[in-house]
Amino acid sequence: MNDTASIETIVRSHGKDGTRLMQILRETQDVLGWLSPTTITTIAKAIDWPRAKVEGTAGFYSFFHTQPLGKYRVLWSDNITDRMLGNLDLMQSMCQKLWLETGRVSEDGLVSVDTTSCTGMCDQGPAVLVNYRAIPHMTPERVEQMVELIRNQAPLADWPKEWFQVEDNIRRADILLLNTMTPGDALRASLARGAEPAMETASNERSFREAVHAGDTGPGATLDEIKRAGLRGRGGAGFTTGLKWEACRNAPGQTHYVICNADEGEPGTFKDRVLLTRQPDLVFEGMTVAAYVIGASKGYVYLRGEYRYLLEPLNAVLAQRRAAGLLGKNILGRASFDFDIEVHLGAGAYICGEESALIESLEGKRGVPRNRPPYPVTHGFLNQPTVVNNVETFAAAALIAAKGGDWYKSFGTAKSAGTKILSISGDCERPGIYEYPFGVSVAQVLEECGAKNTQAIQISGPSGICIGPDEFGRCIAFEDIPTAGAFMIFDIRRDIFDVVRNFVHFFAHESCGFCTPCRVGTTLLKNLMDKIAEGHGTQYDLNEIFQLNRLLQTAAHCGLGHTACNPLVHTLEKFRPAYERRLKSFEFEPAFDLDAALSQARQMTGRDDAGAHLETAQ
Amino acid sequence: MSEPTFTLDGQEIPFAPGQSVMQAALDAGVFIPHLCYHPEFRPHGSCKLCTVKINGRPATSCTTPAAAGLDVESNTQEILDKRRALLQMLLVEGNHFCPSCEKSGHCKLQALGYELGVMSPHFNQFYPDRPVDASHPDVLLDFNRCILCELCIRASAEVDGKNVFALSGRGITKHLIVNAESGKLADTNFALTDKAAQVCPVGVILPKKIGFKTPIGQRRFDVESISAHVDEFKPVAPTNKAAQGERS
Repeated sequence: MNDTASIETIVRSHGKDGTRLMQILRETQDVLGWLSPTTITTIAKAIDWPRAKVEGTAGFYSFFHTQPLGKYRVLWSDNITDRMLGNLDLMQSMCQKLWLETGRVSEDGLVSVDTTSCTGMCDQGPAVLVNYRAIPHMTPERVEQMVELIRNQAPLADWPKEWFQVEDNIRRADILLLNTMTPGDALRASLARGAEPAMETASNERSFREAVHAGDTGPGATLDEIKRAGLRGRGGAGFTTGLKWEACRNAPGQTHYVICNADEGEPGTFKDRVLLTRQPDLVFEGMTVAAYVIGASKGYVYLRGEYRYLLEPLNAVLAQRRAAGLLGKNILGRASFDFDIEVHLGAGAYICGEESALIESLEGKRGVPRNRPPYPVTHGFLNQPTVVNNVETFAAAALIAAKGGDWYKSFGTAKSAGTKILSISGDCERPGIYEYPFGVSVAQVLEECGAKNTQAIQISGPSGICIGPDEFGRCIAFEDIPTAGAFMIFDIRRDIFDVVRNFVHFFAHESCGFCTPCRVGTTLLKNLMDKIAEGHGTQYDLNEIFQLNRLLQTAAHCGLGHTACNPLVHTLEKFRPAYERRLKSFEFEPAFDLDAALSQARQMTGRDDAGAHLETAQ
Repeated sequence: MSEPTFTLDGQEIPFAPGQSVMQAALDAGVFIPHLCYHPEFRPHGSCKLCTVKINGRPATSCTTPAAAGLDVESNTQEILDKRRALLQMLLVEGNHFCPSCEKSGHCKLQALGYELGVMSPHFNQFYPDRPVDASHPDVLLDFNRCILCELCIRASAEVDGKNVFALSGRGITKHLIVNAESGKLADTNFALTDKAAQVCPVGVILPKKIGFKTPIGQRRFDVESISAHVDEFKPVAPTNKAAQGERS
């Protein structure tokens, strides 16, 4: 099949629907290797979109290439936890063996090696993605073997199977991870809460709720349980789930949507990966309960591109649920309770974890957060009322639907009901997944994961907070330390400055670029941190950081910009010596090395005598 | 019934239902600095120059609906400092050489710099590499000056119906592209008469053959500050469906 025919087959399989552009681009790239200018033109024509708009989407996501990047693309996860496990040395040695420069494609077009944002394998790093397939536990031996396989052009399917084994590492399980409900139990309980509705034929185009509204009291009763449980969103913001569902249920629209946010991009977080591996039915069931409550007939799981390997297993579970009558038409025999779920893959953009950016991406566009109001509950996917919740929120909602709000509320604290799954990584003996009832103290968590001589913990990822030993008595709960789940531990051997610099680089890389303060500000911060790292920093630069923080807090468009300075501000308060020992003592210091700046001139004139050097204060 | 009002720096501002804080202020003759806002297009909210404090919380005045009783702060030292920093960010992000720029005196970025008293770029220059596109017979595209306000994108899509412009890249590498496989403006259906040719607030989209027709020193913002031109930014009847708040 020639390229055009391949593209047209793919586009046709997506109904020539431009809102499915992300999947079209991914599948096309899988076949053709990259997205060439002619490929983009062909796709644009096939979906009847302006070519520039297709190019704009392709250019936004890290995992789409508008340049050829080799038959093998190796991406090293570059979270601080990967760094602590030696990812840079391993990457360096891989590059040397392949005669490669990082970020460049080999002369023969065979391979490129680069870094990527955290791939969610922090408890089993250093991790790589090879052609977007996850491989954890990289070692010097594996690097050696991988280089051989690449040189011999061995297809990925022939690579050692055990390399692709991702561990769950569940160290402490509670109500979510111990769940043994039969798929469908939560739905049956929800349906049982309402009387069988009066027989009334619903048009398939309409939501069942409109058709049977008068008869079925189940959705309202289930919503009451969710509200009684006091469930709050697990993605970080902690919005009350019951209120969100109720607002969406009450919002007028042609149809309603349920979206599961599985774009788990916050560095150091990997609990959704494990939930989707171990409890996919519970998550899908929670989505179906949400659909029942709000009257949706279509749901999407937005799965981050880094978790590409989960696509087939998740689709298999969805197929089982359809076969069991838990998805599709007339779910569990309830007339016109129609709902189905589809998994949508992201393509390497942290910002798509922000719900309105996620929706834009789901519509085939650049993942840029929308102006709000209106909010997704009234104007979400395709401008229709949409509920977006985190993976863990849906799993908890399924439990609540099955067992009731009062039962759920018996776990956790008065203000934070239920449990929270922590993704623990960094300096401890047993990194992995820990599910605790809310209210657990940081000290207890540290004790149980085997952390010693802990200097600092970054909770809830770079956009969260950094705490030192004097705060280890605090609790994981919305009323004290709220978290989306990341829990990265740094012992006294670590340099906090390196940690923060890694986070600052992350934000600069992941800013969507929509608003001025975040687009420019995150790069300014990156430059400041590099300047300090290179020994050119002064007190002035620290003051600049605080100024930029105030500007981003005030003027940035979304949470990424608002929180981009958090790691700096928290650690400047608590770990200031990590910065100060790198500062020059004087008030002014040029941002670059004056003598090094003359190196080109020396090269060109062939001089290297004393007169060709500047005296610098070394 | 009397018109509802909100206060802006202590002054009562009347507004019509559906107006944003920015529109109501401009209608009342009060200038709020802005770059990505244009009276003929739906608000965008990306440049953040129009950030104000509404009931103590920061918000973009172009995207916030006016409501009775709002307490809006705009000309405070704190907000003016932040606007200056935003202008400085835009100035170092691109390559802006006012003395040799054909748009000098007509440029809103420059005019706001004067208006707000930006005396230096403050931050280190990024000096990005942005080649110009001189392929089109009538128009020069100088991407060095692009501030990513998306006005040309909106005008071309919503008024001209051509979609000549779009954005690609992400973060600091975000950049304007044109709708052609070659990447050249000459290979698009762009025309000098397009709305998109007239909305650039800076000097990216420049008509050829008339450069420096008006001597520098006698141009729009050379003669009067941008805030004195407040009437030009007053809300107009929307010229297109998108201006009425539809999403494209």
